[in-house]
Amino acid sequence: MSEKSGMSRRHFLTVATSVTGTAGVIMAAVPFVMSFRPNARAQALGAPVQIDISKLEAGAMMRVMWRGKPVWVLRRTQDMLRRLGSNDARLRDPDSEVASQQPPYARNETRSIKPEILVLLGVCTHLGCAPLERFDIAPSDLGPDWIGGFYCPCHGSKFDLAGRVYKGVPAPTNLVVPPYRFLSADLILVGDDTGAKA
Amino acid sequence: MSAARRDAVEASLMVRFNGKLTDLLEWIDARFPLTKMLKEHATEYYAAKNFNILYVFGVLAMVVLVIQLCTGIFLTMSYKPDAEKAFASVQYIMRDVEWGWLIRYMHSTGASAFFIVVYLHMFRGMMYGSYKKPRELLWIIGMLIYLCLMAEGFLGYLLPWGQMSYWGAQVIVSLFGTVPGIGPDLVDWIRGDFFISDITLNRFFALHVVAVPLALIMLVVMHILALHETGSLNPDGVEIKEHKGPDGIPLDGIAFHPYYTAKDLVAIVIFAAVFAGVLFFAPEMGGYFLEHANFDPANQLQTPEHITPVWYYTPFYAILRSVPSKGLGALMMAMAIILLFFLPWLDRCKVKSIRYRGWIFKLALTIFAISFVSLGYLGMQPAVGIFVKFTRVFAALYFSFFIFMPIYTRFEKTRPVPERVTYHH
Repeated sequence: MSEKSGMSRRHFLTVATSVTGTAGVIMAAVPFVMSFRPNARAQALGAPVQIDISKLEAGAMMRVMWRGKPVWVLRRTQDMLRRLGSNDARLRDPDSEVASQQPPYARNETRSIKPEILVLLGVCTHLGCAPLERFDIAPSDLGPDWIGGFYCPCHGSKFDLAGRVYKGVPAPTNLVVPPYRFLSADLILVGDDTGAKA
Repeated sequence: MSAARRDAVEASLMVRFNGKLTDLLEWIDARFPLTKMLKEHATEYYAAKNFNILYVFGVLAMVVLVIQLCTGIFLTMSYKPDAEKAFASVQYIMRDVEWGWLIRYMHSTGASAFFIVVYLHMFRGMMYGSYKKPRELLWIIGMLIYLCLMAEGFLGYLLPWGQMSYWGAQVIVSLFGTVPGIGPDLVDWIRGDFFISDITLNRFFALHVVAVPLALIMLVVMHILALHETGSLNPDGVEIKEHKGPDGIPLDGIAFHPYYTAKDLVAIVIFAAVFAGVLFFAPEMGGYFLEHANFDPANQLQTPEHITPVWYYTPFYAILRSVPSKGLGALMMAMAIILLFFLPWLDRCKVKSIRYRGWIFKLALTIFAISFVSLGYLGMQPAVGIFVKFTRVFAALYFSFFIFMPIYTRFEKTRPVPERVTYHH
């Protein structure tokens, strides 16, 4: 065998060994990387929850946990619903055009299945803080234009009573409406919307 | 026994003992390069003789690293990385474990002390051009240490499972959701759950006590090896290796040991006194070292009124929230750190030390320092009105320092650099 072919054979073996070794390392890394994903127990605990709203008064809001996140259920008054339409010019996405923020059946003026019942994830779309309920009108700290809504204390994001985000605040999108459906008139299932209509 | 005879016996014992010691050293040196390493890195490592006070912060950073490692090991002996028990186990350390309060306060104060000395160490590097050729890699390894430190601080802050632990982690982890395409999946992958949960706490604990400290120690060893390869610079920015005596030793150099070990010892004692003062009289530092909201256990239904990270992250946090777009804000925050890596190439001036550089760099560095400190202050204030406006101004100045650096450093009017190091009184 000539010296030249010997060198190229050695080069080939070096490359082949390196490639095999690299492939082995990548494959060995897979179980470790995958072990970081939400495990079977975490996924099971993420199952849907039922919410009984029979005792929820008009203008009141209740909080329930689903997948570790607060779910808000607000029974809006007629007055609150009337105010919703008056403010579109100051909202970033008044018509709920960002599809990822709500299921298709909640893409309407009230962002809900039944107009008065609002179901929202209480997680600010900026950085995941919990916005506060500020249903008072024109309070001193939020200014005379405030017509009631949600205010995030972390970075000052503002949302109206349908969870729609105002312009000029850090939160980019409307608050998320989780998948939900009514099991009966007073019973909501959050996390499962099989059969819900758009 | 007469006094003279006793002295003679003692002297002969001494000689025999020293002889045994030399034999032992020879035995070791034949098997492990002990003497060789001591010479290379201490007794025959030559550093310029004109170091000023700013050159003690590297050693102090190592002292703090040792404090953090020792106290950290003892804290793991009583801490429980479990969402149900974590908060209580920290209170148990504070109240029931003998001297537990001291060990924990050393660790929490050590975290802030780490960033104080590291920020001063980095600023020293910027003043005297320590990042410039041939020390680019030394600077980059240092920046990696800084990144590891920030990760270590962030991971560790979740462990007490207080309100600020929980919501701080929530804010920072959700930043990864802005990565295009894989964002939401990446966030679930980091948390291992659909929210910050027991699973997240457990893995942050593993990363905080094993993975990141290992990386940190390896990087520190690399940092010192890189430093000892190029040699330390000095406040004059003069390469002392260019002027060597007939013995091959730099004329302006003195051995690290005993000269700088003795000097550093003074700095360490002063540091220890200040550290102990904080430890005993102001361990929470009025909410700056340990935030008050963290004395409430984590509650996922209740966001604290103001979420502010610990002071050492606030300059970057201020930048993050001054941008009215989530993705862009996260990108700007990342850029604020990434730009530092490129300092050796952004700075086009041939002169290293600020002593001989033009007014324009002195001005730029001053504005940079003021901006950084101001951003740090603004990051602790609520994100409203005037605070946001000021944050945007200082963020613009911060970025200008880097972006315009290739231009203003090229046309800088410098003063002649001396051949040898000088003393300034």
